[in-house]
Amino acid sequence: MKIWRLWPPLLAISVLAWSAPGEITVAAASDLTFALTEIAHRFEQKTGTRVKVAFGSSGNFFAQIQNGATFDVFFSADVDYPRKLAAGGLAVAPTLWVYGTGRIVLWVPSGSPVNLGRMGMKALLDPSVAKIAIANPAHAPYGHAAKSALENLKLYDQVRDKLVLGENISQTAQFVESGNAQIGILALSLALAPTLKDKGTYWEIPADSYPPIEQAAIIPTAATDKTLARAFLDYVRTPEAQAILHEYGFQPPAGKP
Amino acid sequence: MSWQALALSVKLALVVSVVLFLIGLPIAYWIAYSRWRWKFLVESIVALPLVLPPTVLGFYLLVAMGTRSPLGRLWLRAFGHSLSFTFEGLVVASLIYSLPFTVQPFAAAFRSVDQQLVHASATLGVSRLRTFARVIVPLSYAGIITGLVLSFAHTLGEFGVVLMVGGNIPGVTRTVSIDIYDQVQSLNYVAANQTALLLLAVSFLTLSVVYAVNRKVWAL
Repeated sequence: MKIWRLWPPLLAISVLAWSAPGEITVAAASDLTFALTEIAHRFEQKTGTRVKVAFGSSGNFFAQIQNGATFDVFFSADVDYPRKLAAGGLAVAPTLWVYGTGRIVLWVPSGSPVNLGRMGMKALLDPSVAKIAIANPAHAPYGHAAKSALENLKLYDQVRDKLVLGENISQTAQFVESGNAQIGILALSLALAPTLKDKGTYWEIPADSYPPIEQAAIIPTAATDKTLARAFLDYVRTPEAQAILHEYGFQPPAGKP
Repeated sequence: MSWQALALSVKLALVVSVVLFLIGLPIAYWIAYSRWRWKFLVESIVALPLVLPPTVLGFYLLVAMGTRSPLGRLWLRAFGHSLSFTFEGLVVASLIYSLPFTVQPFAAAFRSVDQQLVHASATLGVSRLRTFARVIVPLSYAGIITGLVLSFAHTLGEFGVVLMVGGNIPGVTRTVSIDIYDQVQSLNYVAANQTALLLLAVSFLTLSVVYAVNRKVWAL
């Protein structure tokens, strides 16, 4: 058999694989890694629709969607990005939805000499702390919140020389978990995640010391299947999915139960 | 445009290419002339950074430098501070990452030296080290310059490993590629474009030098 005879079937297979029916692609902020994986899994079981989730930095996804990426739903860790998409006519009009508020926590690995329960924020000033990991305040929502909290609690100037910046909140967790930084300011959702839960302790930073980290979802106009995208978003609104979000530390949006 | 980041990258690239020059010479000489049966294993190790994604190297370095690893604890005890998030840490990472860009052109150049000249030098009773310095190296100039310029340029443009082990500290580990990434992330496309364009120009210039040297535009 001549090898070129394989070309048409191969092409057909790749085209089919590309546009597999009943499948959506979701872009989600990395703080949702565990919660949304679970929600997507349940949605798949209920509806048979496959959900492929890409986790990463909200800013990256924002830039990609602006440049024509065809994500069906975009879950951003910062409400500003979906807002900008909507303002630029790149989002299906009424779909912007604040699905929760993120929280930040101090986190130390097990075996750390720092006692978070007793020291609270003062733990950052402990002599055993050489490096403090936070996400990059310039573009990561949790980093921005961390910096605001440090400033509001009059700690920023004392700790600024010890700060190391993670590219996103997951990398920030890596820095602490691997023992390169001694303490970190992480998302509560990560501190509660299966991969970190048993590896350290956390202490919730008072919510009034930083602006709320509002998380929002939106359906971009470039979505390949808006009906399925809506169905998925509707599912995330159900009490069942909301309970999962809550379990991973996302508070319901302010002003709503 | 952030000159601090650019200056840091240039400093890193300079330090790394000087150190790589020093350790690259003996390694390349050995690779060019050794007849050891298992030499191919060493060659493979040297070439690994060419094929491995920076994430692999970055991940292992992050784990190795952390205080959970014996290596990280040893370094901490010896120097009083951890290697992660420091300029020295970036130097170590870049040395590994740019090693093949130095060693391979060096070795190729050494190998192409006319062996009759080397033998002639030996029959005249000149030591191997002196033969290396007086015969092999002068005849390998183009390859040595190529290796140096490539390792410089490669370190200048290094991104993934620095992102994974640097910690983005201004003036210490925020290199120019990280700075560009941050600008893009913060949607400062104008600033990103300025720095990116400058880096593009510098890289083009460096590569032009390499190719000019290899075409013997200036007789060296």
